[in-house]
Formats: sequence, structure tokens, C-alpha cells
Amino acid sequence: MSEAQQPLAVQKVQEQYPDAILDVSDARGELTITVRKDVIYELMAFLKNDSELAYNFLADVTAVDYSLMEDVLMKYDYARFMVIYHLLSTEKKERLRVKVPVHEKALSIPSMTSIWKVANWLERETYDMFGITFEEHPDLRRILMPDDYEGHPLRKDYPLRGRGERETFNFEQQNA
Amino acid sequence: MHKDPDRVPGEPMTLNFGPQHPATHGTLRIVVELDGETVLKATPHLGYLHTGFEKLGEHQDYNQFIVVTDRMNYLSPLSNNFGYVLAVEKLLDIQVPKRCEYIRVILAELSRIADHMVWLGMGALDLGAFTVMLYGFEEREKLYSIFEKTTGARLTTSYTRVGGLMRDIYDGFEEDVRRFLNGFPKTLKEVHTLLTRNRIWMDRTKGVGVVSAEDAIDYGFTGPCLRASGVDWDLRKAEPYSSYEAFNFDVPIGANGDVYDRYLVRMEEMIQSGRIVRQALDNLPDGPINVDDYKISLPTKEDAYGNIEGLIHHFKIVMDGHGVQPPVGEVYCATEAPNGELGFYIVSDGSGKAYRIRIRPPSFIHFQAVPHMIEGGMVSDIVAVLGSLNIIAGELDR
Repeated sequence: MSEAQQPLAVQKVQEQYPDAILDVSDARGELTITVRKDVIYELMAFLKNDSELAYNFLADVTAVDYSLMEDVLMKYDYARFMVIYHLLSTEKKERLRVKVPVHEKALSIPSMTSIWKVANWLERETYDMFGITFEEHPDLRRILMPDDYEGHPLRKDYPLRGRGERETFNFEQQNA
Repeated sequence: MHKDPDRVPGEPMTLNFGPQHPATHGTLRIVVELDGETVLKATPHLGYLHTGFEKLGEHQDYNQFIVVTDRMNYLSPLSNNFGYVLAVEKLLDIQVPKRCEYIRVILAELSRIADHMVWLGMGALDLGAFTVMLYGFEEREKLYSIFEKTTGARLTTSYTRVGGLMRDIYDGFEEDVRRFLNGFPKTLKEVHTLLTRNRIWMDRTKGVGVVSAEDAIDYGFTGPCLRASGVDWDLRKAEPYSSYEAFNFDVPIGANGDVYDRYLVRMEEMIQSGRIVRQALDNLPDGPINVDDYKISLPTKEDAYGNIEGLIHHFKIVMDGHGVQPPVGEVYCATEAPNGELGFYIVSDGSGKAYRIRIRPPSFIHFQAVPHMIEGGMVSDIVAVLGSLNIIAGELDR
């Protein structure tokens, strides 16, 4: 694909942040860009505030543990996780998926809470389920699991039936 | 926070609102700090109903997960079934027959009415209007009878399948639905006479839990809550799916973003859903309900019992490790569920089970804004605000 045919969002991001984009795909009518972590905060603010793109609505924040998908791991320098943002422009009626590879060695990513308030709980859930830390998040606590819970349930190395938490749960001790 | 200069200062009181409270509709918990009756600070706690749906999705095949989606928003399970299979069908890149699309739309809109009816009844009950609860539940009961005759279950419908439906609608479905459509606007009219100009109702709801249009987008509001704040956004219009572009309907918009406007928007949405169902019934096409591909949808019983290919296809679909196998890839598919944008993000590794299923639940996102809406208000407003958002704990915690 030549430069001129690229969707507007890709063109503008490339102009603003050269070499930030690692990959672009447009499968099933869904535009996806994979970008480097170091510019993600500025890039997301740009996508929101640029008047031609106007991705004003953050629909979802989540992550995927790619540790069992070898080809994805190889493509992104063995980054185990991807943080995934789903953006929506209510004005242009367009959606954009932004993916950010996150290495297990540096398991953190800037928080988007100061750009969208909705990011607060979505990032807390991602932290709870995957253990990814969101930098400068105002209130990074577990949200669905108990505060004293160990492990992150949606990681691929966490077993479906848990690690025996239910069998060894001591009700008396919990209430003492 | 308090504006009265003659107020005697005192210690703030901490109150546990929930997890077992009649007005929380499921296990929600908000820890509120009170100064007299004024809410100083509210901290929601959730996870009481966390059942790990997303983890389960990685260990079940694509058709098995439909059963799990029933349990998410348990006021409108058909909408969840619908939204989920649409995502899988997008992943498979298949188009279901028109008849299937229309039946799905009819049932999704009927379950929107059922959802709003319960919301109306419970929201009004919380604020002391007992009669409306009985009216709402009576209408919902009529719908659940139709759902039971169609799907075999009142709540755990599991009616859709990847590439089609569990079975076609029954004989007499159309008459039953039309009888309901002729009856329910009368109930709504009665509710309007009971509530809309009711002094107590207006005092309890007007100017309570106000969310501006800007804040609504910032907080990720969707559905009736977003529209009540004056934002014209409906996925059925903005990104039409499953033949919604073929129907004429209006999208009601509020102005003030308070509890009262959310009430009015939902009341009007029920009428509009009725319009959509009527048009879909008038133009319901004939033909098959499943895609013509035995690798995706189950063969007919005659084929499964009558010839070897049918039997093999049946075996391949229901056996663990075979089943529907979408190509490697990812999709995000959002539908306009009764509460707002219900999104499914599915990552496929090419096997018969999803590599990751993420559900974007509207309730989770709306519940986040509760402190913003009640801080500075009165303690009794908490009930009004919670009722107006229609937080469903099954969807909230998944």
C-alpha cells in the first residue's frame, strides 16, 4: 500500500510521530494500528484532539496475553502483553483500534485517565486481570478480585479452576 | 460542601450501602461518607458477582459461550446472545439469511422493551411508586411467555447460534407479538399519567444525578444514559447491523441528563422498539434461518440421521476440539443493547476456542460515574441515580 492510500488516521499519526507505528492492518473493516509504548500518551491525546480525526470516545481498554501465540511474540520482539484501546469518533462515525506491545520486564504503560475519565476503571480492571501497571493512575487498586488476592486471572499461565484458593479459603480467619 | 453557615459541625458518618440492599438490584456496594444527609464521598466496591466469564470464554467453544452470555445482562439475555454471535459471524466473515436477521431484530427489540419495563418498575418502586412496578412486571411477563414459547426458556434463552438460530419461530408467534404490541402502549400511557406529571416523582428525579453531554462522553456513557444527556448517538443508526437500516424509527434525545430525562428517553424507546418490531413482522422474509454451510451451523435432523455427510458434519460441530473454527484474527463488534454499547472483542488463534474474549459491559462503565453523580447530593438520591442507570450486577462483574 502506498502512502496516499493509507487511511487518514494512519497518515496523520505517521506525520506527527514518525516511526511510532509498528504495524497497520485493516481486516474486516476494522482499522488497527500497533504503536510503540514511549509515545502512546501523546499519541492518544493527539487522536482525541485533532479536529480531523476527533476520536473523542474511548470505548474500551483491555489487554491480551500473547504468550501462547508464537508468531505474534516473534513479530513484536517477544512482548508478552498487548494493551488494546478501542477508540470511537462520534462525529466521524469511525472506530480505531490501538495496540501497544508491553514487555514483561517493563510491565507498565502511561495511564489515559487524564484524557478520558472512563479509562480509570477500565485500566484498574486490566491491572487486576493482567498485572500491567498504569503509570500516574490516580487509584490503581484491584477492582473485581479481592485486595489480598495473589496472581492475575486472565494471564495464560493462570489455570481455569484457580490455584486452590477456594479449597483453602479460611472463613474464620477472614473474619477474625 | 455544606452551604448553611449556622450548621453545627460534626464528624462525617460512614454508611455501607449494600451489598445486600433492596435498592441495589444485585450485589452492589457503595461506601458513602455522609455529613448529615449530604453525600461527601462515595466509593463503589464491586466484584461480588465476578464469575470469570472472560476466562471461561477461552476454554469453551464458540457455540458453548452463548450460554454464558445469557447470564450477563439477565434482564435481556436475547440481546446478549445476539451481540455475541454477531461478533463471531464478523470474525468468520459470513452473512446470515435475511429471515434470521429479522427474527433477531424482533427478539432484540422485544427484550429491549422487557428490560426497560423492569427498569421502569424497579426504578419507580425504589422511589415509592409501587403500582408502576406491578404494571411493568405484568408487561414483562407477557413478553417472557413469548420468549418461553420461542426459545424454551424464560431467562436462559441461548437462542442464537453462530450462523443462525436455535430454531425458527413457532406458529402463532406473529399473533402473540401483535397482541402484545397493541396492548403495551396503553400501559405506558397509564404510567405516564401516574408518573410524568407527578409532583413527588418530579421532585425526586428532576435535577438529580445530572451528567452533562461532555461528561457523558468523558465517562464513556452509551445507550439511553448518553442520549438523556443530549447526545444523538445510537449504534442502530450510526453503524447499522443486522438490517437495522431497513427500519424507520426515531432516536429520543433528552436535554438535561438527569434521572427524569433518562426516564423519558427509556419510555419513548419502548414505543420506538414497538415500531421496529411491527415493521419487521410486516416484512418478515421467508426462507432458511441458518447459513447454508454445514461447517458452521448444524445440519437438519433429517440430514444428521439420514445420510453420512450430515452425520459427519453434525459430529464435527458438536465434538470438543472441532466445531466452528474462525481464521486467525481479531474483531470488535458493538451492538446497541438496552443499556448501551455492548461490545465483544474476540481474538482467534484459528482453533475452535477463542484465544481471548473481552466483553465491554455498559453497566461497568456507567457504575464508574456514580460518585460523580451523587457526591454533593442527598443520600436518598443514591437510590434514584442507581435506579436510573439500570446497573445489572451480572454484567457489571462478569
